[in-house]
Amino acid sequence: AGPDLKVISTMSVGFDHLALEEIKKRGIRVGYTPDVLTDATAERSVALLLAACRRLPEALEQVKNAGQARGMCATGDGSAGMAAGPSSLSLLGQAVARRLKPFGVKKFLYTGSRPRPESDAEFEAEFVPLTRLAEESDFVVVTCALTPATQGMCNKDFFSKMKKTSVFINTSRGAVVNQEDLYNALAQGQIAVAGLDVTTPEPLPTDHPLLSLKNCVILPHIGSATYATRSTMAVLAANNLLAGLRGEPMPHELLL
Amino acid sequence: RPTIDRELLESLPNLKVVGNSGVGVDHLDLKMISNFGVKVTNTPRAVADPTADIGMALMLASARRLLEGCQIAVSPDTKYFAVDWLGVEVTRATLGIIGMGSIGYKVAQRARAFDMRILYHNRNRRRKEEEEAVGAHYCEKMEDLLQQSDFVMLVVNLTPETHKLIGKKELGLMKPTATLINISRGAVVDQDALVEALQNKVIRAAALDVTYPEPLPRDHPLLKLNNVIITPHIGTATVQALRMMAEEAIANILAVLNGQPIPSEVL
Repeated sequence: AGPDLKVISTMSVGFDHLALEEIKKRGIRVGYTPDVLTDATAERSVALLLAACRRLPEALEQVKNAGQARGMCATGDGSAGMAAGPSSLSLLGQAVARRLKPFGVKKFLYTGSRPRPESDAEFEAEFVPLTRLAEESDFVVVTCALTPATQGMCNKDFFSKMKKTSVFINTSRGAVVNQEDLYNALAQGQIAVAGLDVTTPEPLPTDHPLLSLKNCVILPHIGSATYATRSTMAVLAANNLLAGLRGEPMPHELLL
Repeated sequence: RPTIDRELLESLPNLKVVGNSGVGVDHLDLKMISNFGVKVTNTPRAVADPTADIGMALMLASARRLLEGCQIAVSPDTKYFAVDWLGVEVTRATLGIIGMGSIGYKVAQRARAFDMRILYHNRNRRRKEEEEAVGAHYCEKMEDLLQQSDFVMLVVNLTPETHKLIGKKELGLMKPTATLINISRGAVVDQDALVEALQNKVIRAAALDVTYPEPLPRDHPLLKLNNVIITPHIGTATVQALRMMAEEAIANILAVLNGQPIPSEVL
């Protein structure tokens, strides 16, 4: 863009796609859309978790093709009595935990940069190191932001510590996961099934090995894709932009 | 599993009990079995959680277009993800539960965590404390529930009273933006009426774990519609549920044979 660029208004809560140092240097303001999409994305995370562990895409295939609905044991693992580990108890992590609780999840574990006692009481969630989260969870749900600290966080080491029966859900950013390590973990049965709403890149190239796995459910980054939420995000993004152009306070400015 | 008919019962004079694995007994001629002095038991406890889970899974999968999304994500024809590809939100929508027994109530508990507004219709009204615990409003008339709901979930058992409970009239009362989810029995819905309603966009979509018959004939119109998702009766298809159903069935059978109180006898 030209030297007169004053405002960048992103229709997202993630800002890993912005070169913040450069933007700050040029005195450009940035608006974004946090909070308004928390419900839609939390809903999507739980939907994906259920679809993955109850093997819905395979079930659908069975109904359309095989015609032998009964007698084929499509056994997924039910969620009652599991330890879920939202990887960070941010707003999104909390919204996911809130929705999972009545499914009978026995224990919540979480990790992150620091414990959040103000938020974890609701779920009696225990703050643990990443390794313990991997070892003890039946469901791992990754909801953190993509930062230098979280890049490639879910790698060979992480997957090797997870249970063989566990379910891995990534709804953060593709780059938080080492995709080659994830492929190996799934192919070798180190973990049972994965559900991904985010990958690197999006979409994955057509010959990518993850696409060939029956135990990997992939969605096209639909976290906030509902009429209601996208409308709200669009209005907010427009208002952020207009405020920026007028030199006024934005409804949601990203502080650089 | 074997068909429990007159011929089978006559050939087993010492039969004391038919222990069903699962809660539905619509496939059993209860009167005839009773006439032979044979007891019938089922497994209501084991099925409740996984079935409620599947109800939620289907509702979410339909609303957020998950199965379509999966196909787009893996299709070799996909070059980019369209930003205007959207689903509808479950959070804060209105869920109408028809049949608020143990499974229906567990669905309500789960739906509440999504801030859903919960309406229910049942033969009997639940206690006030039970309603308040999940924020459920009783609709004495099913029509009221149908007209107000964004998602209608069928969680009744199949009896002569609930056979074709949802027909052309009921589908017509639903909102054109509404979704029908069936986790009860296929025959609770008039399938031909459902096909017509889906074809003419009388309702937005349907998500079915049960049909009549199972499986559907391969040329059935329900298999061709793009606004319906069907799963092959997997409500209790989990490792834990299968084990728990077997344990519950065996406990029932042993109770009958030992002359002890029967945990879940079907009368």
